[in-house]
Amino acid sequence: MKEQETLEQRLGEQGVSRRAFLKFCAALATMMALPPSSASAIAAALAKAKRPSVIWLSFQECTGCTESLTRSHSPTLESLIFDMISLDYHHTLQAASGHAAEQARDEAMKAFYGKYLLLVDGSIPLKDGGVYSTIAGRTNLDMLEEAAKGAAAIVAVGSCAAFGGLPNAQPNPTGAVAVSDIVKDRPIVNISGCPPIPAVITGVLAHYLTFGELPALDELGRPKAFYGETIHDRCYRRPFYDQGKFAKTFDDEGARNGWCLYELGCKGPTTHNACATTKWNGGTSFPIESGHGCIGCSEPKFWDAGSFYTPLSAPAADVATVAQVSMVAGAGAAVAMGALDRVKKQKLQQSREKLTVEDLKGD
Amino acid sequence: MSLQDIHIKVADAHSVGNVEAILNEIATRLDDFVNTSETGLIDLKSLPFSTDEYERLRAMLGRGEVTARLNSIGESEIYETHFPGVWWVTHYNVEGDIVADLIEIASVPAILQSQWEDVRTGLGRLRQTLTSVRGEPVEP
Repeated sequence: MKEQETLEQRLGEQGVSRRAFLKFCAALATMMALPPSSASAIAAALAKAKRPSVIWLSFQECTGCTESLTRSHSPTLESLIFDMISLDYHHTLQAASGHAAEQARDEAMKAFYGKYLLLVDGSIPLKDGGVYSTIAGRTNLDMLEEAAKGAAAIVAVGSCAAFGGLPNAQPNPTGAVAVSDIVKDRPIVNISGCPPIPAVITGVLAHYLTFGELPALDELGRPKAFYGETIHDRCYRRPFYDQGKFAKTFDDEGARNGWCLYELGCKGPTTHNACATTKWNGGTSFPIESGHGCIGCSEPKFWDAGSFYTPLSAPAADVATVAQVSMVAGAGAAVAMGALDRVKKQKLQQSREKLTVEDLKGD
Repeated sequence: MSLQDIHIKVADAHSVGNVEAILNEIATRLDDFVNTSETGLIDLKSLPFSTDEYERLRAMLGRGEVTARLNSIGESEIYETHFPGVWWVTHYNVEGDIVADLIEIASVPAILQSQWEDVRTGLGRLRQTLTSVRGEPVEP
């Protein structure tokens, strides 16, 4: 069965050289925000890795998360689907429809019971028996509970699946909740963002494929490699904040000079995501680079957190949090590696030990 | 009002300091290489740069004597900068997007070296070629 082949075997069959494989691993290291020196450790792990079966369920959502994934360029969606994972059900991307589609999901769940990776985008409405979102006549709640039972792990893609998102915003007419509000007995990783960065979705899948387990997570269940630091910490405009240079309106001298957008409501200091370094649209730019503040879309309840244009320090905001973030951020001068467990890895590098797969696993 | 009427001034990258920080890191790694032969890698995609800062870094590192192109699941451009031992390695995918952008501190970047697996496969192919040149039947 093709699923049982390792990635190295699959690439080998396609005539891909070892050098090309190393290049692929260098790109993976960058994508997973691991130290660049880890490419050879990744290559060793991937040589043994099997393609996991993936079932993707879309609930109360706008398809923006899938749209984001289809813009993945590293790896491309095609190479992700054909080489790295076996995407057995995704009702937007799959060719089958109707009963054939639902049958594919049932078969994959049976064949890979206990082993498949379940990806979910969208929130789950609970009000009035969950009638506000159904697929093939079944409620999202019913479908999620069934699929979660046989899943090795669940990836909640996007702020709706991770935290409830827009459907959960006040007054929450459908009683929308996050995946983690329903499933309590399976490991869940939250890839928040509205939508999440495509490389972060593929990065988490690549991590699972490489190491056979989920990456290290923060207290909100998000992978630390991508959500470990705030937008503000990694913003190229950060030095202007430190110098006290702020744009006061979107068309003043400060805005034209590219100064800090904090006073125009930028939520960068309290938002954890990788936009400032991974960027969007194939690495073109990110909102702050285009002159607009961060709206904080990867944080819980960002729709209900007041105006996007009110400064964080305004009385309505949590001033204590801002002060704390500013203090912590002031110490973050090291700009080298974008990785989880940075201190440990730096120590390893300083002691000139070779990184192994075990060192790269989240702990 | 036309687009030209909107006056946009590019921020003075000199005052921002990100380029100086990365140059310092390169100098530290190069110092390590000189003293202990330890090679180093810096992932540029993990660092905060504005476009003009990135271009400024490129200009400050300059180009040295060697440039190599790798054609393997998309192109890769590898060149030694104006500072020997400091290489700029950019990997592209087949669509031409950058998938990895690295500064490598080494005498030769690892990706340029022949890989043993490929060398062994190549030796097999060379022997097959020799067999066919001699007119002997090629082993299946």
